[in-house]
Amino acid sequence: MSKAFSLALSLLSTPALADWQLNMNEGVTALSREIFDLHMLIFWICVVIGVAVFGVMFYSIFKFRKSKGAVAEHWHENTTVEVFWTVIPSIILIAMAVPATATLMDMYDTSEADVDIQITGYQWKWRYQYLDEDIDFFSNLSTPREEIVNESTKNPNYLLEVDNALVIPANKKVRFLVTANDVIHSWWVPHFAVKKDAIPGFINEAWVKVEEPGVYRGQCTELCGKDHGFMPVVVEVKSEADYAQWVADQKAMKLAMADEASKEFSMDELIAKGEGVYQAACAGCHQPNGQGIPGAFPAITGSAIATGAIDAHIDIIVNGKSGTAMQAFKEQLSAVDIAAVVTYQRNALGNTVGDVVQPSAIQK
Amino acid sequence: MATVDVDLPHVKDEDPHHHGPAKGFGRWLYTTNHKDIGSMYLIFSLSMFMIGGIMALIIRAELFQPGLQLVEPNFFNQMTTMHGLIMVFGAVMPAFVGLANWMIPMQIGAPDMALPRMNNWSFWILPFAFLILLSSLFMPGGAPNFGWTFYAPLSTTYAPESVTFFIFGVHIMGASSIMGAINIIATILNMRAPGMTLMKMPLFVWTWLITAFLLIAVMPVLAGVVTMMLMDIHFGTSFFNAAGGGDPVLFQHVFWFFGHPEVYIMILPAFGIISEIIPTFARKRLFGYSSMVYAVASIALLSFVVWAHHMFTVGMPLVGEVFFMFATMLIAVPTGVKVFNWVATMFRGSMTFETPMLFAIAFVVLFTIGGFSGLMLAIAPADFQYHDTYFVVAHFHYVLVPGAIFSIMAATYYWLPKWTGHQLNETMGKLHFWLSFVGVNVTFFPMHFVGLAGMPRRIPDYALQFADFNSMASVGAFIFGFSQLVFIYNVIQNVRAGEKATAQVWEGAHGLEWTIPSPAPYHTFSTPPKVG
Repeated sequence: MSKAFSLALSLLSTPALADWQLNMNEGVTALSREIFDLHMLIFWICVVIGVAVFGVMFYSIFKFRKSKGAVAEHWHENTTVEVFWTVIPSIILIAMAVPATATLMDMYDTSEADVDIQITGYQWKWRYQYLDEDIDFFSNLSTPREEIVNESTKNPNYLLEVDNALVIPANKKVRFLVTANDVIHSWWVPHFAVKKDAIPGFINEAWVKVEEPGVYRGQCTELCGKDHGFMPVVVEVKSEADYAQWVADQKAMKLAMADEASKEFSMDELIAKGEGVYQAACAGCHQPNGQGIPGAFPAITGSAIATGAIDAHIDIIVNGKSGTAMQAFKEQLSAVDIAAVVTYQRNALGNTVGDVVQPSAIQK
Repeated sequence: MATVDVDLPHVKDEDPHHHGPAKGFGRWLYTTNHKDIGSMYLIFSLSMFMIGGIMALIIRAELFQPGLQLVEPNFFNQMTTMHGLIMVFGAVMPAFVGLANWMIPMQIGAPDMALPRMNNWSFWILPFAFLILLSSLFMPGGAPNFGWTFYAPLSTTYAPESVTFFIFGVHIMGASSIMGAINIIATILNMRAPGMTLMKMPLFVWTWLITAFLLIAVMPVLAGVVTMMLMDIHFGTSFFNAAGGGDPVLFQHVFWFFGHPEVYIMILPAFGIISEIIPTFARKRLFGYSSMVYAVASIALLSFVVWAHHMFTVGMPLVGEVFFMFATMLIAVPTGVKVFNWVATMFRGSMTFETPMLFAIAFVVLFTIGGFSGLMLAIAPADFQYHDTYFVVAHFHYVLVPGAIFSIMAATYYWLPKWTGHQLNETMGKLHFWLSFVGVNVTFFPMHFVGLAGMPRRIPDYALQFADFNSMASVGAFIFGFSQLVFIYNVIQNVRAGEKATAQVWEGAHGLEWTIPSPAPYHTFSTPPKVG
């Protein structure tokens, strides 16, 4: 029965009506479809009970009106009826609980995974570490600021696009080890029916096995501070061959980056590069103009750190400041990026210290 | 309710030593009169409802279209947090306490509350608690911005400095609630008129008795959890900090051990109100009085063993998930019994549809819709898809707005003639009802859809596919918000003037409160009435 009705509902959410989507996504994994079926089952149980209860109620409202001459009867108890409507719902609930428990057991079976990926939530980005490969990167929102503040037209993936998507192979069981670095986040991809809280100091497990390659989008679902609404999840599912190629590319890129770190850069090069890094990594809190938010996030312009000794400046960016929202950027930014952003902060945003730091001087 | 068929002596309040209220502001400051204190609670609640409502409208205005238009994300988070805290602790709870103050002594034939001075104190600390909370909006770093559920460590290590004021405010609110609850229990257990056995009490009194026990059980838990936060923030402990050996999830367990009974604290008195109003306008005794009492008691007991259904995604062990799923589904049984009983009360009655009845019927329908989405949320595997989306926002607003708030409005319209001595202006009452009914549904029904489609809650901006239903919800919110001006107009107009109300007020009304004249004299039942 539920199949037929869900078909009827899915007709309502054809592409022409995409903006008026009414129902949950069925998803792209066996498990997500199982969950979708449970959702439809309990939904139709509610609809049937609702039609019965509201049916009797509205019948009474129309039929037993004083204005139609209805006279109230005097009964006010009936044990048989009361037992009946206590027992029947109990039976329905037990019938519902059995398949739900079976699905839960599937969701919790994270054994025998082919790929293990650690997901760490940061304010306000995700970090993906492939435990079996030497791959480790951060994934930031890539929607331009102009679109958010309505200065340019919003693209179709507005707020659901990132610089580096998580890449996983199709038809493999991928296990996620989910944790967080600062506050609690929650990693959710609706099409996988995977939602797991990322809790600092603890590791949660979830898994997915996607049949078809494609791009799937989700968001952080646990309030995690100012930019909670701006840390999307994008997962690119690739065929096995494409995935292997991607892994090889990542490794080559890593070697190239190590090479770059030993180069010497001019001050202008560092400032130009640093501006990009600043806008991506720092501007969320310290603001694009470096003014900060009084009482919450300190200003960079004229700050004692950004205009004081350069070693202390490098240190706070590399190691963060514990007990505050200032995170350690040593894992997030390359030596080149750190050198560039330090140089930028000291020689832009209204600061004019005049010194430069080279990537080779950054001790991570 | 069983008091309806007992023969009540017509009680007149003609105490020779009768004295009226004092003059001036001192009357309100020093009063120990349950009616004065009840009125103050209700006025306080209404003003908090307006302040929390303005915050809701700021939220909905920002969400009218994708993109950031009006407020910064940090201020948006302050609005969602303060809206939740003010509506829960400032609007809904004080409104029920106000109604309890007014009605419980009059319904059980008592001259006043058992502990009148404490009654004064429990009201008067409340405005200070909320002044402290609201003042945080003007502090550097802004007001609390971590959601009304204030999960650690966002509310500890990463909180704005005003969190300390928030903690102090919560402590004061908790003290006020506990004192109010002790007072209500003491009144109901000790001050009932002779002959009014427990099973003859009106259901509003029963539901409040059970609610008061819930309050005493869980408000100290809330005080405990905010104190642990205070220790973590200022005294170097690590209850909720994994780096120091604590556990952020511990916070959620303690919070929801308070939080789940808390949501029933906000709905059980509503059940009582609806169980008073439906029999009156159906002119038929409440169906299944004793099963109603047992259902409320079982809901209250079950509320202590379901808390972790708010936490299905935190990574609980499988057995935990299964236990909390089963326990939560069980709640649907007594809740269903209540709805069936209300419908059975209407069946073969003789109904009229004055304003209080319209709100009561809307309550039954819309609260049941909120109950259905609650049942869906109880299914743990499906909850992984619903959790922290707008589906949850739709769910709890359906049980709180057309649930708790509609019941409070129904109660106000139902008892207002008793308080003021003036009959309602039905035309204006109905206008308020229909505007609110349309507004509430246009606001909250589309939230089910965007939630299922994947929109997380507590975000100031959203992806384009959620745009249409969000603008619809915003339009509804403004309709609902501004229609409350009609409510305020109705109440003020009724206090000032109106057709003289009889003692009975409503044709089908039964119970002790309808045996005293309208408006109720300043002192009632100085001599207890005899019940059956």
